[in-house]
Amino acid sequence: MALSDKDRIFTNLYGLHDWRLPEARRRGNWDGTAAIIAKGRDWIIEELKQSGLRGRGGAGFPTGLKWSFMPKANPDGRPSYLVVNCDESEPGTCKDRDIIRHDPHTLIEGCLLAGVGMGAHAGYIYVRGEYYNEHLVLQAAIDEAYDAGLLGKNAAGSGWDFDLYVHRGAGAYICGEETALIESLEGKKGMPRLKPPFPAAVGLYGCPTTVNNVETIAVVPEIMRRGASWFASFGRPKNSGTKVFCIQGHVNKPCNVEAEMSIPLRELIDRYAGGVRGGWDNLLAVIPGGSSTPMIPKAVCDDVLMDFDALREQRTGLGTAAVIVMDKSTDLIKAIARLAAFYKHESCGQCTPCREGMGWQKRLMDRMVEGRAEIAEIDVLESVTRQIEGHTICALADGGVWPVQGLIRHFRPMMEERIQQYHAKKNGGVMPHANQTSGVPPLAAE
Amino acid sequence: MSAPHQQEPTDFTFDADSEAQIAKIVARYPEGKQASAVIPLLYVAQKQMGRLTGSAWVPRVAMDAVAVKLSMAPIRVYEVATFYFMFNTKPMGRFHLQVCGTTPCWLRGSDDVLRACKDAGHLKGYGDTSEDGLFTLSEVECLGACVNAPILQVDDDYYEDLDYDRTVKLIESLKRGERPAPGSSIGRQTSAPEGGPNTLLDIPMMAKE
Repeated sequence: MALSDKDRIFTNLYGLHDWRLPEARRRGNWDGTAAIIAKGRDWIIEELKQSGLRGRGGAGFPTGLKWSFMPKANPDGRPSYLVVNCDESEPGTCKDRDIIRHDPHTLIEGCLLAGVGMGAHAGYIYVRGEYYNEHLVLQAAIDEAYDAGLLGKNAAGSGWDFDLYVHRGAGAYICGEETALIESLEGKKGMPRLKPPFPAAVGLYGCPTTVNNVETIAVVPEIMRRGASWFASFGRPKNSGTKVFCIQGHVNKPCNVEAEMSIPLRELIDRYAGGVRGGWDNLLAVIPGGSSTPMIPKAVCDDVLMDFDALREQRTGLGTAAVIVMDKSTDLIKAIARLAAFYKHESCGQCTPCREGMGWQKRLMDRMVEGRAEIAEIDVLESVTRQIEGHTICALADGGVWPVQGLIRHFRPMMEERIQQYHAKKNGGVMPHANQTSGVPPLAAE
Repeated sequence: MSAPHQQEPTDFTFDADSEAQIAKIVARYPEGKQASAVIPLLYVAQKQMGRLTGSAWVPRVAMDAVAVKLSMAPIRVYEVATFYFMFNTKPMGRFHLQVCGTTPCWLRGSDDVLRACKDAGHLKGYGDTSEDGLFTLSEVECLGACVNAPILQVDDDYYEDLDYDRTVKLIESLKRGERPAPGSSIGRQTSAPEGGPNTLLDIPMMAKE
């Protein structure tokens, strides 16, 4: 059964109503906040654990557990910080944008509850630089929350002091990585830090810090109000809750929509996005969770469920739940080559396998688009991606090679065909030997 | 457009508008952590350049002014200004046309948006500034509005659901000095499906106080 409107958390996802406080209150935001806080930090964390909420930024780490890593006391006088990651830059992802521009009070109330849950009296929301108009709405919503006594001293009459600030980034995908975000917030280049120490021990300004995605924080108030069992009633065990999906690409009606976790991919596309352009049988492949998640071919799409575990079984992931649909007219090799270009552009340059590898991968993918390569180079490409993966400080390079691995895994014959076509055109149908002048530069030149 | 170095100003001072913003920004960070304000202050400098000269960029003298404000070594400011993509370190056209070319936009026709920008803006390609100084064209990576692809960002505003003709129309109106309302160019309700939402039609609302 489809999720009903009364169970949707983001009641103003499309901006049909006013985002300002009086209307937000009518939609249920800020209802009984002080009473929730009165139940205490341990209760909040326990309820969150029971709800099964997993981080909505891509990694899917259990949120209650993450909060429990924050120190209970600060004997050395270091404050604790909440940092909210709104550096939404994973290609395909545009859900946090709707939350901050249309439903900002879900996030602001969530920040206060998170502050209590992790013992923080201050929070920073790091908004990607391009969301200029959106950050103005968020700032205005924070201002009116201060005016109404919902933030600041004795926030919402709870006895808890909490300050909340907006900080804009300046166009760097890498700052979505939590330690790069912290570096950026401290006024430096966004280069990830080695872990450990983890941010919960040494984070912003050297203080205990937890970084959470916008959507993760924004669903907390409704979980606290309606109870963990309500949230856990949607989706399969360990994959529970509702989730904002961004359905795009070759569908008839691209849109964002909040649906239940574990919804079948086909139902998600058909029910909410008007179906695949040209019908389901015109589907070629789907990138199910933002650019970093490997694509799955139609045969998998037919019955796969949209949750963390089902997609992991298919060697991909739920990621940010950005569903990129590609029909049979798509040049899949080019689609993935463009993602390779993205990761090359966004590599911060700190680790050699990423700095060099993303550029190498992009250049070889560009040749694969033309077919200007040898068939054996598909294996070389695959093998190099394996050597990049897992050998860098952060996961950018992993996310950069996974799409290419997904392409090779599922569409290798398409790549071979492209290469054969290129050579057929150049050499009258004869496959050249590696050293012949086929226009292919030797590998060393890469 | 003439070579950038010929336009490098010799000095930069924050004006009253900017100073008022800076006071508010610096107050957001704990004492002694004012370096956190470096990105916001670079924005203030870039906006001021846009306001006063019609070309929103950050010359080196402005970076130096930010360094002085925040008691930072100038090199730390240069590092930040050149690491992040949204700071223009060269003079810009009056309007910054930023075409998203990442896969979600490409699947929905970003090549047509690019072509329209070149045709209507008289631009040779990415990195070019038109002879009249009106437009600078850049390719940007995913703008995060993918269900409304393809997107053209003009300065701070997103224009969504574009095609070739609507992009040309947009650029022509910019030339006339008009500023069309940002958002969907086909009248969609933000990120709802075309034709109107099929969810959130029956949300529970409390009575007005």
